[in-house]
Amino acid sequence: MKQHFSGKIWIMGDDIDTDLILPTDYLALSSLDEMIPYVFAPIRPDFAALVKPGDILVAGKNFGCGSSREQASEVLGKLGLAAIIAKSYARIFYRNAMNNGLLLLENPFLYDDVSEGDEIVVDVGEKITYKGKEYDLQPIAENVLDILEKGGLVQAMRERTGRYNNG
Amino acid sequence: MSMTMGEKIIASAAGVKHVNPGEIHIVQLDKIMTNDATTHLTLDMYNHKLKYPRISDSSKVVFIIDHNFPADSPETAAAHRKMRLFANENNITIYEGKGICHQLMIENHVNSGELIIGADSHTCSYGALGAFGTGVGCTDFLYGMVTGTTWLMVPETIRFYLTGELHEGIYARDLMLTIIGDIGANGCNYKIMEFVGEGIEKMSVAERIVLANLAVEAGAKTALMEVDNKVTDFLAEHGRKPRQEFKSDAGARYAAEYYYNLSDIKSVVARPDHIDDVIPTNELSEIKIDQAFIGSCNNGRIEDLRVAASILKDHKVAPHVRLIISPASNDVYLQALQEGIISILNEAGAMIVNSNCSVCWGGCQGVLYANEVLISTGTRNFRGRAGHPDSKIYLGSAATVAASAIKGKIISETMFR
Repeated sequence: MKQHFSGKIWIMGDDIDTDLILPTDYLALSSLDEMIPYVFAPIRPDFAALVKPGDILVAGKNFGCGSSREQASEVLGKLGLAAIIAKSYARIFYRNAMNNGLLLLENPFLYDDVSEGDEIVVDVGEKITYKGKEYDLQPIAENVLDILEKGGLVQAMRERTGRYNNG
Repeated sequence: MSMTMGEKIIASAAGVKHVNPGEIHIVQLDKIMTNDATTHLTLDMYNHKLKYPRISDSSKVVFIIDHNFPADSPETAAAHRKMRLFANENNITIYEGKGICHQLMIENHVNSGELIIGADSHTCSYGALGAFGTGVGCTDFLYGMVTGTTWLMVPETIRFYLTGELHEGIYARDLMLTIIGDIGANGCNYKIMEFVGEGIEKMSVAERIVLANLAVEAGAKTALMEVDNKVTDFLAEHGRKPRQEFKSDAGARYAAEYYYNLSDIKSVVARPDHIDDVIPTNELSEIKIDQAFIGSCNNGRIEDLRVAASILKDHKVAPHVRLIISPASNDVYLQALQEGIISILNEAGAMIVNSNCSVCWGGCQGVLYANEVLISTGTRNFRGRAGHPDSKIYLGSAATVAASAIKGKIISETMFR
């Protein structure tokens, strides 16, 4: 996991629910690649075509609320987003994203200041820098960091499988 | 040290004497539930990504096919088949078409004091029986199935102290929408909502499920209520005895406390597209509807169907309105048949569909077209949740939905009568 990176930002609003991230119609498609074109279909249908790996999504409060559908965090990860930075997250989405190795960061002020297309610089666990102004980031909990560094919970699990075979 | 009942359940499942909010613990899981919205992905991970795939204890795992049932496309049929084969090969209990996952879990599996994860956000419903149920995604489900454990951060608890009694024509649904309207759609984010007081004691188990079920719509990790005679009786009717009864200590710490006098609660609806945009039903300007829905894990129980039948008896659904009703489980359906409720609803012009998630999740039934308006007892009114992104969903009680279906516009039971 990169500790220091910069990227172009995309902006989403408050209370972006997982039905908006990936509508019900596309959940049964057999692979993530088939689902990707429908990311944000109801509000931003061109998103998947425009976003580039390494871009950063900035959102308001309660990002990822609603349904536990993991496809929502998986498709966002699959697009290659370097991170999402929101005012706050709904808890199931938070776990799902981290479990898929998608970095989620929280800052209450950044969203109110930025404009789409701008660049920000991220130092994980320390700060975000935008137009010379710094925004604090909290350190990530150790067990979550472990999952992220291994690229997700399944990967982390593979490395620990021996233990579970005994247990 | 004093603890809340939620903290006590986590401590018990973690095998420690005491837990504090903010700590992360590994907990043993009592039940692990998943449904057909995501299980096909879980099984792909299980089969292709694990080095040593195994199931910790298949007797704790429950598969439920309820979201897209019967299958509406070859894709969903394939997802169902995958679940069916895996469950049979691995001795996992599977329900297919028997009802909505949370209703089936509450009828057949959930017990007080248990810690349960479900790959569905409304797993918090189990708090009505004094169990700590919380929703997870499919990767957390997979981890739980393989290891029998999960990690949990101990949440802070917010207490809701309920006094008084709901007026006639006012329901638990009105209360919970009112609370979410007050505190906001993330008002209890990462928290436990604990309901206490004489107000909750007077409520039936069905009403308590309504409150617990919608806790996630306020962002909560779960909701909890103490076990009392009503819960014990409910469990006995379903062949179970309470496993363990946890009560919050007198000195337990709460992040916040709210007080509600139930006699102040009015009939309310949540307006599109946000569940915390709540308004008294009688203050709405005229809203014409195209479709009405009674069902879902929130309001598809026999108590809701009785209320609907009492309003629809000797009336007809408005000519331009489609009223769709899905009993929450086969047991509920059968009970409604025996009580003559299904005939009343049918004669009024309602369509009774099989027990499934139905209109609530915009999957296989009753999908809306652009600009159509739905009044629903479903769990959510997100944009596009029941079909076209430009359709509109209002949420209310079964009584409000039934009355509105007759009038063709949104109206409370009291105004209707």
